[in-house]
Amino acid sequence: MNKKTIKHSSYTLKPAHIIETKYLTDDIKYFKLRFTDGTDLDYTPGQFVMVSMCGVGEVPISISSTPTRKGFFELVIRKAGKVTSDIHSLKTGDKIGIRGPMGRKIPLSTIEGKDLIFVAGGLGIVPLRSFIDFVLDNRRDFGKVEILLGCKTPEEILFKDEIKDWEETLNVEFNCTVDKADPKWKGNVGLITSLIPSIFVYPERTYAIVCGPPIMYKFVIKALLEKGIKEDHIILSLERHMKCGVGKCGHCQIGNYYCCQDGPVFFYHEIKNNWEAL
Amino acid sequence: MQRYYVLNKNKLINFLSFIQSRSKLAAPVKKGEKSYAFEYITDLEKIALHYLPTILPVKKYFLPQRETLIEFNKKTRKTTHVIEFEELTLFGVHTCDLVGMQCLNAVMVEDPKDINYLERKNKLTVIAFECNSYCDEHATCGIMRTFIPSSGYDILFTEFDTYFLIHIGTTKGSEIVNESRLFDVAQKEHFDELNKLRKRKEEIFKPEINASYDELKKLMERACCTGAWEGIFDKCLSCGTCTNVCPTCYCFDINDDIDLNLLNGCRMRTWDSCQNEGFAKVAGGENFREERKNRQVHRYMRKFKYPVDKYNMYFCTGCGRCSRACVAKISLKETMNLLSERIKL
Ligand SMILES: Cc1cc2nc3c(=O)[nH]c(=O)nc-3n(C[C@H](O)[C@H](O)[C@H](O)COP(=O)(O)OP(=O)(O)OC[C@H]3O[C@@H](n4cnc5c(N)ncnc54)[C@H](O)[C@@H]3O)c2cc1C
Ligand code: SF4
Ligand code: SF4
Ligand code: FES
Repeated sequence: MNKKTIKHSSYTLKPAHIIETKYLTDDIKYFKLRFTDGTDLDYTPGQFVMVSMCGVGEVPISISSTPTRKGFFELVIRKAGKVTSDIHSLKTGDKIGIRGPMGRKIPLSTIEGKDLIFVAGGLGIVPLRSFIDFVLDNRRDFGKVEILLGCKTPEEILFKDEIKDWEETLNVEFNCTVDKADPKWKGNVGLITSLIPSIFVYPERTYAIVCGPPIMYKFVIKALLEKGIKEDHIILSLERHMKCGVGKCGHCQIGNYYCCQDGPVFFYHEIKNNWEAL
Repeated sequence: MQRYYVLNKNKLINFLSFIQSRSKLAAPVKKGEKSYAFEYITDLEKIALHYLPTILPVKKYFLPQRETLIEFNKKTRKTTHVIEFEELTLFGVHTCDLVGMQCLNAVMVEDPKDINYLERKNKLTVIAFECNSYCDEHATCGIMRTFIPSSGYDILFTEFDTYFLIHIGTTKGSEIVNESRLFDVAQKEHFDELNKLRKRKEEIFKPEINASYDELKKLMERACCTGAWEGIFDKCLSCGTCTNVCPTCYCFDINDDIDLNLLNGCRMRTWDSCQNEGFAKVAGGENFREERKNRQVHRYMRKFKYPVDKYNMYFCTGCGRCSRACVAKISLKETMNLLSERIKL
């Protein structure tokens, strides 16, 4: 077998420096990154990157920051196995390989001027934060903003400081519920779907953006539809197993779609008849 | 460009020697009573011109079972992209396997292009060998209309009593034929023979499935989420043999290898199978195709439905390998026939 080297392929890694890290919970760590060549990652909320630890592997991770803030991008990573554990061992100053951004760039003009409901289950808040911060950086261009968050326990609520900011200074309604309360918890207890009936919406001008564990979607969609929100106003971010990120390896397939390229963000009407989507 | 030539059968050996003087040669070799494999050839006598579809299709040369994508050094943090390739001539590629390669091509040229595949493909020369009759009862090349070669080769051999009629598919093919100086220009009588043969083949190869070519996709759409699959895959072991041997299956995994010194390593691409249990499992524990049956339905959808929507091609060449190789003796032909009985089109 002969071998030749090439400058660029679908698998090219671009080096980035870690410029800040912090633990958000015991097993969830935040990373702020900057490409070593100083360029910006050219992304849209909802996209993701492939993060590489040479010798261990590569994993898909959502971009958690908004493209309105330049000079860096942010990832929030839960320790789930081999590669994510290895990424957790990295410190400020370390270098890491990035591929991307991957996935569809959804036209944000469709949600401009609209009321928005963000529905996040658990770690789903990580990719939604990119949308939320985008909206907040352009706050005047959007209507009412409501954030619904569901977590297993109060400790699992991420971005507590930022949430306070969102609520206090940016005119955002924030509602949170946990599956299991602790003695200090004064908020709602129950599933995230229980938060939806009581919110007030103008269906015509409301878009919902949803991300959470797979089991959550069916119920949340049902509750949103019951509120009168239209099918093409429901935006969902789906997770699938991903290896290549470029529509070839087959792992992320959802019926006719490749989640890595056609998604991970879909409008509900695009996938409601897809036998593998929800 | 002259398109048709003839090669006297007794000159085949000279032609293959000529090929060997230009590049490495791979061709089908008999491995067991009913099994054949494409192998590198040194001894030309070993080539089996008439063979049952090889255990693995020629995709193994286009998309190797293991290939390096990136080499890296942990200390210097240097990463290098590599393409592994070889100058190789494949001789004796069956008519259906030509279609298999075209399916893979369609996937790999789609943006973002797979440079590793495309560069490697350019180094391969394909000399096809037309099947004049069925290889065995598993083949469904009749309904898939893959028994008449259309393209995908540099040179095509069609066999007659004392000679081969040669069709040139590419300039590369033309160069080889001209340089070898072994071929004569085909005459009217040869074309007449070819026409007769192709007519005869239309009589031999008939739809093996009770549906029309165009209906196969509809059959999948209708069957997809219904009970029509009931019982068909009960014996399936999820061994993944059917996808490994399939000329149009290309799913892969990407994994890193690292030397014992923990310094040098490489990122490897290896064949994967949608039949593996963890294929669609995510970190939260959810498995999107947990049931074996769903994984098989997915496989059929990837042959007869999704690629038709995306590339306007069926991704089944009718080669019969999946049926021939299945340890549980699940047959594609029988499955499709059963579905066509159960589903009203
Ligand atoms: C589009 C997308 C965005 C994501 N965003 C985030 C994020 O922002 N933060 C975060 O913490 N996690 C995110 N994930 C999940 C993250 O990719 C997985 O946790 C990670 O791949 C697990 O790899 P590992 O090597 O650590 O675990 P492993 O040791 O490989 O395995 C642990 C489990 O993860 C599953 N898994 C392995 N590889 C993948 C893969 N490539 N894709 C999906 N599941 C896999 C395995 O089936 C197994 O069940 C995202 C996943 C996707 C598809
Ligand atoms: S070869 Fe047969 S037993 Fe193995 S996965 Fe395919 S259908 Fe199932
Ligand atoms: S599905 Fe079976 S018959 Fe069709 S191309 Fe693949 S191995 Fe051949
Ligand atoms: S991750 Fe490979 S096809 Fe989507």
